[in-house]
Amino acid sequence: MSDLPNALALQRNALWERLGLASLIMPALLLIMVTMLLPVGWLFYLSVLSDSGAFSWEHYQRMWEHPSYGRTFATTFRVSLLTTGICILLAYPLAYFLSELPKRAANLCMVAVLLPLWTSLLVRTYAWLVLLQRRGLINNWGIELGLWDEPLTLVHNLAGTLIGMVHVMLPFLVLPLYASMRAIDRNYLRAAANLGASPLRSFWLVFFPLALPGLSAGVLIVFILCLGFYVTPAVLGGGKVIMVSSRIANDIEIFFNWGAASALGVVLLVLTALLILGTARLTRLGNIMPPGGRP
Amino acid sequence: MARNSSLPITIAQVTKTYGKVSALDHVDLHIKSGEFLTLLGPSGSGKTTLLTVLAGFTRPDGGSLKFGDAEMITVPPHKRDVGMVFQNYALFPHMTVAGNVAFPLKLRGVVGAESARRVERALEMVRLGGYGARGVDQLSGGQRQRVALARAIVFEPRIMLMDEPLSALDKQLREHMQIELRQLHEQLGMTTVYVTHDQREALTMSDRIAVINGGRIMQLDTPRAIYERPANRFVAEFIGESTFVPVTVAAGRLMLAGQPLQTAEPLPADGQRLLMLRPERLRVLAHSEDPGPGFNLLAATLAATVYQGDSSLLQVALPDGTRLQVRSASIGAAAPTEPGRALRLALAFQDTVLLPPDGAPA
Amino acid sequence: MSWLKQSATDTQITHGARLWLYVVAVLVMVWLVIPTLLVIPMSFSASQYLEFPPREWSVRWYKSYFNSTAWMQATVTSLKAGVLTALLATPLATMAAYGLHVSRLRHANLLLMLLLTPMVVPVILIGIGVFYAYVKLKLVNSMLGLVLAHSMLAIPVVMLVVASALKSFDLDQELVARSLGASRIKAFWMVTLPQIKFSVVTGAVLAFLTSFDEIIVSLFVSGGDNSTLTRNMFNALRDQVDPTIAAISTLIVLATTVLLVITQYVGRSK
Repeated sequence: MSDLPNALALQRNALWERLGLASLIMPALLLIMVTMLLPVGWLFYLSVLSDSGAFSWEHYQRMWEHPSYGRTFATTFRVSLLTTGICILLAYPLAYFLSELPKRAANLCMVAVLLPLWTSLLVRTYAWLVLLQRRGLINNWGIELGLWDEPLTLVHNLAGTLIGMVHVMLPFLVLPLYASMRAIDRNYLRAAANLGASPLRSFWLVFFPLALPGLSAGVLIVFILCLGFYVTPAVLGGGKVIMVSSRIANDIEIFFNWGAASALGVVLLVLTALLILGTARLTRLGNIMPPGGRP
Repeated sequence: MARNSSLPITIAQVTKTYGKVSALDHVDLHIKSGEFLTLLGPSGSGKTTLLTVLAGFTRPDGGSLKFGDAEMITVPPHKRDVGMVFQNYALFPHMTVAGNVAFPLKLRGVVGAESARRVERALEMVRLGGYGARGVDQLSGGQRQRVALARAIVFEPRIMLMDEPLSALDKQLREHMQIELRQLHEQLGMTTVYVTHDQREALTMSDRIAVINGGRIMQLDTPRAIYERPANRFVAEFIGESTFVPVTVAAGRLMLAGQPLQTAEPLPADGQRLLMLRPERLRVLAHSEDPGPGFNLLAATLAATVYQGDSSLLQVALPDGTRLQVRSASIGAAAPTEPGRALRLALAFQDTVLLPPDGAPA
Repeated sequence: MSWLKQSATDTQITHGARLWLYVVAVLVMVWLVIPTLLVIPMSFSASQYLEFPPREWSVRWYKSYFNSTAWMQATVTSLKAGVLTALLATPLATMAAYGLHVSRLRHANLLLMLLLTPMVVPVILIGIGVFYAYVKLKLVNSMLGLVLAHSMLAIPVVMLVVASALKSFDLDQELVARSLGASRIKAFWMVTLPQIKFSVVTGAVLAFLTSFDEIIVSLFVSGGDNSTLTRNMFNALRDQVDPTIAAISTLIVLATTVLLVITQYVGRSK
């Protein structure tokens, strides 16, 4: 092809153009590589260094052998699964309700879902701390209304942690679910009814599968967030609900054990990556909208 | 216009491939100064690619592009000084009509009263005088197209490129705008390259048409020549209706259904050819009518008549079974209707056109 | 109550039959919003144990906040970091989003994913990783280090906002502008940017909020004179329930809401 007139000059121009565009992307990419990819990559390296600086698998071995690690992972999974489960129970009706509302009413109600997202996480966690404590609002009202006699321990335990985490995670499940449901053409349900399906069957056989992409996206996001979550369990769990993230933080802040913390972190990262890839394979993750959506 | 208002365009060996697909294949084309040239072809033919190469948005793999004497192929789009009208107008919604039209002037350092004067003049030329203060969202489709036009002519470009500018308009408006665009071209005199897939539009507006397919120019000629003397089957099929009948030229004679035919052009060498017959060029003769010299006479039998309002399409059969279509008036002696009726058809020598057979190179 | 008998859907399900759905949905929405809102009146309780409704109203916790040098310094740090983050992350992310959108790079998707990784990697990991790197680079407890880390976290957020604006923007307008004589940069500046302005501003506000509300990385990386508000609040929360935090929370909620409402309002009036 380079026997054509001006071919070289044109190729040179094309190269310049590509360089120019690359220079637009480079600064952001560089910042992220230097402040995140390199440090996190470094952690991988640290995780296979023994305390004396030699190459060693000891941190991973310890994780495998020491029962406390098993407990930590068990707690983490328990909290994550419970949180995700409760979120599904609460988010599904809410998302469905919102998807049935006319656009303007739905957008208005969306504020209720979005407002918590943009309120500081600390504020929300603190709010629950205050509400759930022994002399907090819930206990005061409960006792006043005669529902129970002694103040319930609603915080610094699993219950408090779950309440706080569900509250934080719920919007993350509602949003993709809502988007998915909104896009379902209600004609499908009409057709199902016309063909003889009861409301329950047409929900289960038509609506639920069509909303599945949104549900899986939401569940994935929530579960992954739960796995690595730090603030809410640390505050509302009061040191009794030790998740992987708390363990990592403690290893650094208290024990200065970089090896152990890094190894734990690597495991967390690998878990997260596997979950994402696995879900991406099973469902078309980029396709939260079902086909034939409503305009 | 005080200065020379147009430039010729010379395209040489322009090639663009995307992977294995050749969007433009060593295209050579010379467009005369002030000419209205249409690039006509189906989608994917390369006509839009050629236009974007002219504009500078598509960088070809190689070739030469000259506006006048200046080599332009490596010049970036904003330095080419061509006016361009897009299919979807692409007006700037955050500016008023006047703001849109003044945009190219501002970029060239023309501001203030001089700019306002030229903007108003451009708007008047597209029959939108006084619309300057309007917002873009207040305009109809046709009006938006005119603003896009005004914006493209206000800086007096010597070359104008148009990419299917009328295809988003409804039929009546489109036909009206075709005439207006042509008048604008004659008024301003710039070289215009127009892209369309609508053959009727091409025939109406152009000085010359370049029929493009597969990245190659099939034929470059005036509308009449393209219609009456297509270079090959593709062009003949793309423009107007035709029936194609395989015929053989042997010993310097052309035979169809046992009858010799005469052509206006000298016969090509012996071999297989395609005879192109346009339905409206076959005339049904009245009972004893003699068409005079210059006509081939064919005997045929009427198979069916399809009434189409302003005309009828007759399905006829030649003695050897070849099926043809003849377009005739719906009333009068030339409108036979009984199947089986014998007909005499007249075909002028210059309408007896031979094309290369299917599969032959263009 | 006759509306209960009316049909809610095409398939003749009545409102009455779905009442449970409405109740659950409303309850959930209320549950989402109430806790945060409750903090506001509770912050005006005179008592050490925050009450609702407060038996006695007082602004002592607000006084305690404004009179405390530590809290004020932390607030200034957080505000400074927020503004600087917005100033750094917004142009970087906008350029990257634009570059990716306009280029026809084969690896555009890969690059996009790379640029979004701060959102996917667990923050605790980023926190300790950055901490480790900063110890080596002597950037711990520095404003520069803090802003760099926060910008890294904010870039994906801004990118998503700007990228979505670009997707619904007719890029043909840039082509036209270039055909009319504008270079690529001028075309972006005069045609594209004014039209995505709202999204860029939203992105900047979100970048600010991302930095201002950021907890984990700040926990590790800010300290001493440059301790952020979030870091101080978090530490206070873990130790005891300091009611001053209620006052700070209220102020944060109000400020955030006002900021977001203003941004929306400015956008609507376009």
